Amino acid sequence: MRHTISVLVENKFGVLSRVSGLFSGRGYNIESLSVGETIDPAISIMTIVTTGDDLVVEQITKQLNKLIDVIKVVDFMEIDHVEREMVLIKVAPRKDDKTEVLQLTEIFRGRIVDSGPSTYTIEITGNEGKINAFIELIKPFGIKEFVRTGKVAIAREGLKKAKQTREAS
Amino acid sequence: MKKSGAEILIECLKKEGVKHIFGYPGGVVLNIFDILYDEKDVQLFLTRHEQGAIHAADGYARASGKVGVAIVTSGPGATNTVTGIATASMDSIPIVVFSGQVPTLLIGNDAFQEADIVGITRPCTKHNFLVKDVKDLAQTVREAFHIASTGRPGPVLIDLPKDITAGSTEFVWPDEVKIRSYNPTYQGNKYMINQAVQMIAQAKKPVIMAGGGVILSGAAKELKELAELAKIPVTMTLMGLGGFPGTNKLSMGMLGMHGTYYANTAVQNADLLIGIGVRFDDRVTGRTEAFAPHAKIMQIDIDPTSIRKNVRVDLPVVGDVKNVLRDIIKATKELKEQQWGAIRNAWLKQIEKWKEERPLTYRFDKNIIKPEFVVEKIYEVTKGEAIICTEVGQNQMWAAQFYKYDYPRRWLSSGGLGTMGYGFPAAIGAQLACPDKIVFDIAGDGSIQMNIQELATAVINKLPVKVAILNNGYLGMVRQWQELFFKERYSHTHLESGNPDFVKVAEAYGAVGLRATKPEEVEPIIKESLKIKNRPVFLDFIVDWKEKVYPMVPAGASIDEMIFEEEEKKEEKKLKAVK
Repeated sequence: MRHTISVLVENKFGVLSRVSGLFSGRGYNIESLSVGETIDPAISIMTIVTTGDDLVVEQITKQLNKLIDVIKVVDFMEIDHVEREMVLIKVAPRKDDKTEVLQLTEIFRGRIVDSGPSTYTIEITGNEGKINAFIELIKPFGIKEFVRTGKVAIAREGLKKAKQTREAS
Repeated sequence: MKKSGAEILIECLKKEGVKHIFGYPGGVVLNIFDILYDEKDVQLFLTRHEQGAIHAADGYARASGKVGVAIVTSGPGATNTVTGIATASMDSIPIVVFSGQVPTLLIGNDAFQEADIVGITRPCTKHNFLVKDVKDLAQTVREAFHIASTGRPGPVLIDLPKDITAGSTEFVWPDEVKIRSYNPTYQGNKYMINQAVQMIAQAKKPVIMAGGGVILSGAAKELKELAELAKIPVTMTLMGLGGFPGTNKLSMGMLGMHGTYYANTAVQNADLLIGIGVRFDDRVTGRTEAFAPHAKIMQIDIDPTSIRKNVRVDLPVVGDVKNVLRDIIKATKELKEQQWGAIRNAWLKQIEKWKEERPLTYRFDKNIIKPEFVVEKIYEVTKGEAIICTEVGQNQMWAAQFYKYDYPRRWLSSGGLGTMGYGFPAAIGAQLACPDKIVFDIAGDGSIQMNIQELATAVINKLPVKVAILNNGYLGMVRQWQELFFKERYSHTHLESGNPDFVKVAEAYGAVGLRATKPEEVEPIIKESLKIKNRPVFLDFIVDWKEKVYPMVPAGASIDEMIFEEEEKKEEKKLKAVK
């Protein structure tokens, strides 16, 4: 099962390495990871996407909680939440295809953030499904460069079945 | 008044109540060692290798329950500590290690004697720090001791760049320490505790499996009370020895790969297994799918990651073992009158029968010394009152099987990491922590050579540590596996031709060396060694090299698939057929 886990950590040097070391040391894979400061600059938030059966993910969340610099761990598996990811794609369509690329971008509510003599750079934001669908559609037009941010997630307000792993464990 | 970083460090140690530290000097820690030159209250013991310093601090911690402390220099000094730190980490031993580091400005430049020790020790410490400002030093030391000694204890390393110990600032000792992201759970959940009491009351065939957590949390008294109150037989993991009196009627000794027949059989037949301060290591469980097949498993531990890591758990109780046991005892006493005797009678009788069926035993020989006989004699002569350290391998298993530990903190052994070379420096640390106790290191001729240089440390400090070398001329445990599972192909396990004369080695260092080659010489030299109060003693026992540790559960087998000595030949054939 795929889990999106958000980890609130002290914003200190070496914390990222403690967290990633915990995964690599146990042979767990990180599919994506995004890190940024919170409103409180002393705290950072990491959003990690990982795959494992229930026991593995239980160990991951417990081990994360055990790290001294980790303040809170939330596994979004059982929480109603919003996920977003952004990709920047540089495409080089042939002259005849340019209109179609622009149309596709519009349908997916993307934006052209840069254009050159032969390329467009498209910005797309959304959940995984939307982004993957867009990538599939745009592929035939010739992707030159491609970057994605990794997921970020936030719980929806009002639905309080939130299971915070620290309390549960 | 301003103090230098080095002075602040020593002040911090005093505030933490540290009297003895172990270490080895070097370029970037000279400032600290210079302060120690005049220091009266904090005494440094110079080991002959940094690994020895960490094991000594570890032994000191295990024997005393205090935090062990070591100071080493940067680069190779720091990397030499890694085995010791990993040993302490696997066994949850509270130590604080200070490593020197090159000056802050040079970090990352591949400076002379630079190593990224914070990076290297990250996976084998509970936490580690790099101090980047002398103003943070006192706070960091305070936090390090707090983290090392609370919750599930463990090693903490503080890396000190040279400019930090050379720099100066006002010394302010923080009155309290509060780390918002570190809050171990000490009290067990009430609901879970009530469930636990019900499970214990309803069980017909319960077994307690006690581990190192009982000793670390100081819960031996509570464990004994619960076991005797609810009449529950107790088995211990290697780390749990001494957590419950080995001579108590309810004790079944150690379980697992070299556990007793009755302990393993009881676990496999139990309807309730109560794991207390254990992590269900693979040496204990054997094949996990076949482990305790009829039992509900209850697990009490302060570390949530220990729960459901290796085996299924029906009832987890997260909390400090001592607190949880107290709560369980209290609630158990409040139960309506329980006829514990009647409920458990059949089960306890069954266990007695298993004990009679296959006691822990070996074949005495009047011509050649059996290693088990040596351990038995040490037990007799010391009346079970000694602190026993061990190395790793056969010596460790025989010391676990044939010495009965009635008290906690008398059994010091590298359980998790299995570090050869642990026992001797650990014994030095234990002897310093407990100057009035008899301290034995039960060693093999292989293991003792891994930190034999610490003879100098013991001699110079007049420490009467006794090292009983069960000298069989082999890396015995590996040889045993080669004999049983590798067609007697003894690849690189024969040591005898390269072994030194251990008596002469001891004498060369200024220690005493004694030797026994016949069974009747064993007791006399043990007694003689006890008379020597101001020097270490090496006791070289030339033992039967063919002796193997039994019973034995082959790796990957279920813990009731045990091999016994008398079935050795038969079983060997069977095993070979399987392979």
